Amino acid sequence: MIFLLKEDILNHKAKKILSYVPSAIFPAIIFPPIFLDNTGATDIESNPKILATVFAIIIGYFSRSIMATIFIGLTSYWFLIFVYYK
Amino acid sequence: MNDKLKTLARGIVDVSPLMIPVLPFGIIYGVIGMELGLSAYMIFGMSIIIFGGASQIVLLQLFSGGASSLVAITSVGAVNSRHLLYGAVFSEYLSHLKMIWKIILSYVLIDQAFAVSNTYFKNNKKNKHKHYHLLGAGFTCWTIWQISTILGIVLGSVIPEELGLSFTISLTFLAMLINDFRKFKNIIVMLVSGIVATIGYNTIPFQAYIIVAALSALLVAALLTLINLKKK
Repeated sequence: MIFLLKEDILNHKAKKILSYVPSAIFPAIIFPPIFLDNTGATDIESNPKILATVFAIIIGYFSRSIMATIFIGLTSYWFLIFVYYK
Repeated sequence: MNDKLKTLARGIVDVSPLMIPVLPFGIIYGVIGMELGLSAYMIFGMSIIIFGGASQIVLLQLFSGGASSLVAITSVGAVNSRHLLYGAVFSEYLSHLKMIWKIILSYVLIDQAFAVSNTYFKNNKKNKHKHYHLLGAGFTCWTIWQISTILGIVLGSVIPEELGLSFTISLTFLAMLINDFRKFKNIIVMLVSGIVATIGYNTIPFQAYIIVAALSALLVAALLTLINLKKK
């Protein structure tokens, strides 16, 4: 939308703060479904999602690949729920 | 080939490699939409109207959780607020264009298109038709996004629920943050947001936890930025 505005209306400081927007918003979407169960209660012990997320973070950190992160997260989650916790 | 077409083609070619992750992301979106029980028309309509992966998934999630329209719209706006930054950066190159051009280009200006066209604009400031690059890049993204949404809708009706595909929502957003994992300040901001959202999920009314968490985290980000600027 800001496309409609004239040049350089946002100063350096504002741009810097805006660059934090993904870091400020995405975790609010990421965290609750991982740490809370279907009833909304906190679920920390033997929670396959937490473990799978840790794997995904490690892979993401080193590979910097979006697809690898999603892939490892999902396959390790499947391994945990279908094999390990069965 | 004239200059306009050449620039347009260049935009298409430049953005194409970035379409590889977009395809599965669109499929995930379609599948999750079906899993949450929305109609195929609604899922596809969102892809046409909103045309923004992250914000569409947030909308799905809030919608299925019974959030009010006001909260849903505000949250989607918050997720998309990074586009303020894109618009501000591009105004330098495109502010002379006619309004209709600006509206069309604003519609297709998504993360991937911004990334490639920003590089192109920087290196080709003198090209009179440089906006065709963004047009080409943007509509390539648009086409791929619509196709992948349809694929997801089709697949979503056959994929069993036991696979727990809704976990891919968290994974997808996590994956979009990987470039910030090495920045200490970003990690603080992420933790603030995540913790506030998890605690607020049950305590903040109207499913407004995303907005509250994002604002708290941005406040921390602003403080960190200001402290840093003073030091310099």
